[in-house]
Amino acid sequence: MDARRESEPTPMKNRTTVERKSERELVVTRTFNGPARIVFEAWTKPELLKRWWAPKSTGVSLLSCEADVRVGGRYRFEFGHEASKPMAFFGRYIEVTPHSRLVWTNDESDDGPVTTVTFEEKGGKTLLVMHELYPSKEALDVAVAGTEGGMPETFAQLDELLVTLSTTRPRL
Amino acid sequence: MVQYVRTGFDASFAALSDATRRGVLEQLGRADASITDLAEKFRMTLTGMKKHVGVLEQAGLVTTEKIGRVRTCKLGLRRLEEEAAWIERYRQRWDARFDELDKVVEELKRKEKVDGRKKRE
Repeated sequence: MDARRESEPTPMKNRTTVERKSERELVVTRTFNGPARIVFEAWTKPELLKRWWAPKSTGVSLLSCEADVRVGGRYRFEFGHEASKPMAFFGRYIEVTPHSRLVWTNDESDDGPVTTVTFEEKGGKTLLVMHELYPSKEALDVAVAGTEGGMPETFAQLDELLVTLSTTRPRL
Repeated sequence: MVQYVRTGFDASFAALSDATRRGVLEQLGRADASITDLAEKFRMTLTGMKKHVGVLEQAGLVTTEKIGRVRTCKLGLRRLEEEAAWIERYRQRWDARFDELDKVVEELKRKEKVDGRKKRE
């Protein structure tokens, strides 16, 4: 750990975990080295959201990012490689509790989850828990089998490849 | 065509809890095989092997296709592996986002400190 500290100027990186908690739920957790009011601010101000929601490593860029973070307010994020056919993610905020809780819908499809993000501050750090509740087991199965927030086409291609591989392997 | 049987983790784990069935999956990973081949390889009756393959099929781990009198078995879409891979990709996506969010948090913290100092002065 000491060696790591020497080689990296930033403090030790916190771990991101993802777990399928049940047939309908996915849970993402991460701790941030800052108070809840700051982490919450970064999730609720569009100009800040814009800076972290589409990291370069994902290969897609955020074309637009609107977020009216109040109960009933709407958000719309558009991603894409080109402005001509962007991919939009949108929905409504249904709960906004400053510095502690955000709940929104994902209205791109009827099978979209309801996302709850909680911010829990402890000793100057914030534990963030993002909980996604799908309407049915099938809805989450479909998400897992195919599309994913960001680049569904890539995974659709991968699925096709898997199907091709499993059907074209020479038979004995 | 590959049959996409949607069953839960329970069915997958139950299917994998048996050594013969795990052996069958390993075998099918190398090459497709008929139930007769599998029964011979694992030294069991045709009926016994049919039962094992049935469990694997129910779990979506194996698909079978009858051509003439021969039922050929092959690996299914391997849901467990797929799901684990998807979850890892999803984790990496969020991890990358959160690394950027870390930077935003650091910047806001610094700003808050400076603003606080200004207020006190």
